[in-house]
Amino acid sequence: MPNRTIRVWRGNQEGGKFEEYTVEVGEGVVVLDVIHLAQAEHANDLAVRWNCKAGKCGSCSMEINGKPKLGCMTRVSDYGPDEVITVQPMKTFPVIKDLVTDVSWNYRQNERIKPFTPRPRDADGQWRMTTEDVERVQEFRKCIECFLCQNTCHVLRDHDKRDQFVGPRFMIRLAQLDMHPLDVEDRIPAAKEEYGTGYCNITRCCTEVCPEHINITDNGIIPMKERVVDRYYDPIAMIARKLFGGK
Amino acid sequence: MLDINEIQTITHDVIVVGAGGAGLRAAIECSRQGLDCGVVCKSLLGKAHTVMAEGGAAAALGNVDSRDNWKIHFRDTMRGGKFLNQWRMAELHAKQAPDRIRELEEWGAVFDRTKDGLIAQRNFGGHRYPRLAHTGDRTGLELIRTLQDKGVHSGLSVHMECTVLDLLKDGDRIAGMVGYWRETGRFVIFRAKAIIFATGGGGKGWRITSNSWEYTGDGQGMAYRAGAELMDMEFCQFHPTGMVWPPSVRGILVTEGVRGEGGILKNSEGKRFMYNYIPDRFKAETADTEEEAARWLAGDKNARRPPELLTRDVVARAIVQEVKAGRGSTNGGAYLDIGSQRPAEYIKKKLPSMYHQFKELAEVDITKEPMQVGPTFHYMMGGIRVDADSQMTKVPGLFACGECAAGLHGANRLGGNSLSDLLVFGRLAGVGAKEFIDANSDLPAVDHEQAKRIIRSATDILNREDGENPYVIHEALRDVNQDCVGIYRTAEGLAEGVEKQRELAARAKNVKAYGTSQYNAGWHEALDLPNLFCISEAIARSALMREESRGGHTRVDFEGERAEWSKVNIICYQGDNGEMIVEKVERGPEPEHLSKIARATLEELEGSNA
Repeated sequence: MPNRTIRVWRGNQEGGKFEEYTVEVGEGVVVLDVIHLAQAEHANDLAVRWNCKAGKCGSCSMEINGKPKLGCMTRVSDYGPDEVITVQPMKTFPVIKDLVTDVSWNYRQNERIKPFTPRPRDADGQWRMTTEDVERVQEFRKCIECFLCQNTCHVLRDHDKRDQFVGPRFMIRLAQLDMHPLDVEDRIPAAKEEYGTGYCNITRCCTEVCPEHINITDNGIIPMKERVVDRYYDPIAMIARKLFGGK
Repeated sequence: MLDINEIQTITHDVIVVGAGGAGLRAAIECSRQGLDCGVVCKSLLGKAHTVMAEGGAAAALGNVDSRDNWKIHFRDTMRGGKFLNQWRMAELHAKQAPDRIRELEEWGAVFDRTKDGLIAQRNFGGHRYPRLAHTGDRTGLELIRTLQDKGVHSGLSVHMECTVLDLLKDGDRIAGMVGYWRETGRFVIFRAKAIIFATGGGGKGWRITSNSWEYTGDGQGMAYRAGAELMDMEFCQFHPTGMVWPPSVRGILVTEGVRGEGGILKNSEGKRFMYNYIPDRFKAETADTEEEAARWLAGDKNARRPPELLTRDVVARAIVQEVKAGRGSTNGGAYLDIGSQRPAEYIKKKLPSMYHQFKELAEVDITKEPMQVGPTFHYMMGGIRVDADSQMTKVPGLFACGECAAGLHGANRLGGNSLSDLLVFGRLAGVGAKEFIDANSDLPAVDHEQAKRIIRSATDILNREDGENPYVIHEALRDVNQDCVGIYRTAEGLAEGVEKQRELAARAKNVKAYGTSQYNAGWHEALDLPNLFCISEAIARSALMREESRGGHTRVDFEGERAEWSKVNIICYQGDNGEMIVEKVERGPEPEHLSKIARATLEELEGSNA
């Protein structure tokens, strides 16, 4: 079996450096496998999160040669035989140790979003929804919460606007609730005031890194921006609000 | 000197260990019952193994075929479990599953729909009718996200990335537990009036498994050490369709939904071999020609189901037989072909994550080429023995639900019955805990000496000068179990397995982890080992005792089901000297009203949802 060298950032909040590990790798291995081999053979205390190893749980988010990716879905054969593979923790979140970061901020954003509130059931106790309506929402519900989009979003990554913008992951959570055929809660005022729809300037970086290929920007964020605009900046609606009151 | 008063202590009315489907459902129920509830989980919230469940949740909603009802679901579950299930649990499950699914919808779950806009249901192995509520092939994600979102607004306190080491007792009663934060390595004492285990299975003890690192039998091991009994441990489900290539993904699950949607199994000669493996019990209800199977796929309600949809134990053994006979696929499995059965667009819509998984990990386009699949350790039917109604174990105040509990599935679990199991028994465990706390409202005392012992044995691993590499021990155990305690078992192999497990367990007492206790994977690995050894021994020794073949337990030296073994379950518990005691317990007489349903013909039960 051929050898493969991997450079892994090792350290904690106080600082760190890259360490190189060389391991024998078999056919079809992914970057997470190489990290695990290094962990078992050279560095038992190397910290990395993972669970399903099949792109379904979103635990092994990291930056591989500068690109935000899931370690379990990135094949080593995607890189040239002599190319060095460098892995780092996600930059946007504080490092805990090695490749593990503190992503608790994301969980707090979810708690801020008003929960699902369904309309009453039909007379026979059922809820009916069309496949078409359901599919629109299901696209967002594919999200595995890997937070790679949050890591990439420059509003969070470069401008650190964490107190003003919930980030792409929660914009699609919002879109999902707003487009849910059963939901009756109005989240548009909060989308504008609390969750910061206005901060996204549609560079689509989040969509590009989504391992689930969710069209975050076009199908989620832009429609949410439009709904906010329709509510607050539509001149006819503004006049109507002046005349008749309401949100 | 270790001073217990300096260790962080967290107190709740009730603590749920595990944040998969069962744990979250139990926790939501506890909150609804007015209890202050904490959830402790090894990973981040929302990453638990439930996420990996693909096919769906079985519930006799009757949305797709109105002939379905709870009695037929119950009958299917008992037949699938080869009549070794706990009758009462199978009854509760079949009756309550539809309400639990509808409740998920109330909490925001978005299932696929029928033409009339109702929850769609898909076919699955062993289920007579299309019964699995599903969201494409990522139903587990849908379930866990729904429960997670419901949970964060239910007032739960979630303690993430915290591993529990052992339980604390006050007399006979559960008093709390000791754990450590994975992030810092610091210890924490949890105090509670009741504890619910929803810790899942232990597939990480096997070489080829669909399970993640979390699955190390923690709940079973801790409950056993606290005095609870384990039951039905010999019944291990090897899912017939795990990936076999490339080597790095060997064992990763390929959903049964592929066969539910029409996928067929072929050997290297291009033959649909499952026609040769139809057990007598299922002959009357299974298609015996490809022509009839094709009619079934086209929607003919009078056609019988194709043999690819036989129960998992049957299909897994058939694949192994084909490979042994030299008719395996190029990488030692069977071919699973959906591309020739369904249009590409249909496959991408119904099985998107399978399409994605094979494309990215194996460079196979499943709409054009067959997949290669083989058995993978997937699920433990056995686990902690509980009371069927309350889910309480033998230890007062300790409850168990989901995969870590035993009883619902008997000798073999039907696909889709796990997600519904989590919901039904998660809720019932919450109700059971509430009843227990109502009757026992005082907070039990913590015995400092017990806590100290647990902490010392954990820190010893870091403090000893030198010792074995925990990874090496774990890898060796996985090989022993794979070779000696696999799908096909013999007395000789099992005895050898027990012996080798003992040798490794002795070595494991001297494992050494290097580095500090902060997020130290090697230390975590070492701390998981005692639980893995516990379930490994229980499985091997129960399997050695059961001299017959039934469901997920196949003895080459004792072929076929034996009548005398249908009357007993096997339990394991810790004896006074610390050794494991394995013994038979009588099942008692069959409850007449349930036995009648389980043994009725379909015609007698169809359309009688009463």
